Amino acid sequence: MADNLLEIRNLAVEYHTDDAQIYAVNNINLTVRQGETIGIVGETGAGKTTIAKSIMRILPNPQAKLISGEIFYRDENILKLSEKEMRRIRGNKIAMIFQDPMTALNPIEKVGFQIAETIKLHNKISSVEAEKRACDMLEMVGIPMERFSEYPHQFSGGMKQRVVIAMALACNPELLLADEPTTALDVTIQAQVLDMMRSLKEKLNTSVVLITHDLGIVADFCDTVAVTYAGEIVERGTVEQLFDNPSHPYTLGLFGSLPRLDSTERRLKPVRGLMPDPTNLPSGCRFHDRCPDATDKCAEVAPEDVEVAPGHIVKCINAVGGAV
Amino acid sequence: MARYIGKRLLLLIPVLLGIALVVMIIIDITPGDPARMMLGAQATQEQVDALRDQLGLNDPLPVRYVRYIWNVVRGDFGTSLMSKRPVISEMMERFPYTVKLVTLGTAFSILIGIPLGIFAATHQRTWKDNTVIFISLIAASMPSFWFALLLIRFFGVKLRWLPISGVETWQGWVLPCAAMALGLAALIARQVRSDMLEVIRQDYITTARAKGLSEGKVIYRHALKNAMIPVIMVIGGIFGSSLGGSLITEVIYSIPGLGQYIMTGLNNRDYPIIQSGILIISTMFAVIILIVDVVFALVDPRIRLQYARKRKGKGEKQSEDKESKEVAAS
Repeated sequence: MADNLLEIRNLAVEYHTDDAQIYAVNNINLTVRQGETIGIVGETGAGKTTIAKSIMRILPNPQAKLISGEIFYRDENILKLSEKEMRRIRGNKIAMIFQDPMTALNPIEKVGFQIAETIKLHNKISSVEAEKRACDMLEMVGIPMERFSEYPHQFSGGMKQRVVIAMALACNPELLLADEPTTALDVTIQAQVLDMMRSLKEKLNTSVVLITHDLGIVADFCDTVAVTYAGEIVERGTVEQLFDNPSHPYTLGLFGSLPRLDSTERRLKPVRGLMPDPTNLPSGCRFHDRCPDATDKCAEVAPEDVEVAPGHIVKCINAVGGAV
Repeated sequence: MARYIGKRLLLLIPVLLGIALVVMIIIDITPGDPARMMLGAQATQEQVDALRDQLGLNDPLPVRYVRYIWNVVRGDFGTSLMSKRPVISEMMERFPYTVKLVTLGTAFSILIGIPLGIFAATHQRTWKDNTVIFISLIAASMPSFWFALLLIRFFGVKLRWLPISGVETWQGWVLPCAAMALGLAALIARQVRSDMLEVIRQDYITTARAKGLSEGKVIYRHALKNAMIPVIMVIGGIFGSSLGGSLITEVIYSIPGLGQYIMTGLNNRDYPIIQSGILIISTMFAVIILIVDVVFALVDPRIRLQYARKRKGKGEKQSEDKESKEVAAS
């Protein structure tokens, strides 16, 4: 507990629209240790971004409703903090990198100002010093500081994402929430941005929650993984446990859908069916109607977490403690 | 930027030539005869014809058009047929009244409309927002002359707080400005609300929140500035069109402004007043739209960049060709 930087307990979030309730996140438990990098993997709509926004407490208001749960940051329930106290954590101790660098920057403010703004907000320093540190941040992410006074539209997508990263890291946060930081970028830029994030993470000893749907990035970048499906974490464990011994049928399906260099199979095996409608989730196990191993019981009983190996937890009634 | 403004001012010339032509054609096909109006019903047809000759009204339209344009170029906007005084000096006497009315009216409407729009947008889907929408809908659809009469009835006649007409004292300006501002404030509030709602949903607003900024800074520093870009256009349009369209307010409150002047000109078939009045108001409108475009560029660096690109492009052969093609196409 003591070395847990972040601990999420039974988090549930719903979105209420005029004619439907969307069950975005359903009773999620997650811990992040100091200096750890955890990957959250899942399809679009599995609730990954909602988890990150819940931690930041920037869920869209009034549509999003926090149903239950506690989020402990350094043993303090941040969901109970006042808005003013939370503002001191946001951008300072916990920072977030957003999915789409194209739209994440204010189009009519200088990029340097946008970085300096965060620095000035959380540190008692003058504007000049804040701007100087913003310049340093730009240099750190590989952008010449002469471009301080340029506007977002003068940057390419990869450069913008660097600016977003510089902004997130400007106050040396202890926890970085990276919401698909490379999804909007092409592959070569992806690699650059990931390398940069890795070296910054090592330099600043930041814990990272990396949200992605790319298992390759997870294998490359993360210590532990949580696989989400329909707002639940169906399997979590270390990267080794999960990649060597994937246990939940959904995780197995994800791996089956990846092309392999050492296999002679001619076709990929996609997970059949579609993600369930989040306004109308299936009973029992959320995955049962797509699951190749489903039994009648799966449609009736909601599975409990099973620890198949120390730290390797699977939400499946077919999973047995110690082995599958 | 200076190049751009120069280009826009040059483009103004054909626009104004066109306006002058359209006004002249419309006057030409409208029944009514200024000579007859001046001489009265008792005058003989010979007298009327003689006066028409003297005024040059019998010349063919192209001749009159070229003569008018030539006079305008030399700074002569004609002489009122009724008062025999130069139109330009009569207009200059009235100009300050209209400008004061429109400026005050627009300023009031901005002061009321923008905060109200922000308030509504930040309280979306609550009774506060609904109240603002409801009231602004009523205010925007209420005819301004009716509201002007209501104001007179209540504050002028019943409470006797403010004069019911005339603008000799500052109190006299209160009711006309209020009458003018109400509808405009409602328009601005609705525009600000919808633009704010649009901007608040943008990712960069979430980014601003994620920095730990207070809600006030998020709204005023990040959202409002972005939302203001379309609002500036609406305000510019309102201001420009009010210059020529504050007629009803001017008539009701007996303000000797431009609208009233042109109305008199229309009634008397005083052609120089109509022609030059419309020409001058159109010029002011076009200049205001140009100012709005320049303000756009000041607020939005993306638009500023377009100007810079055009200027830079001059040096390079390729983009020069492209530009000339664009000009030809337009």
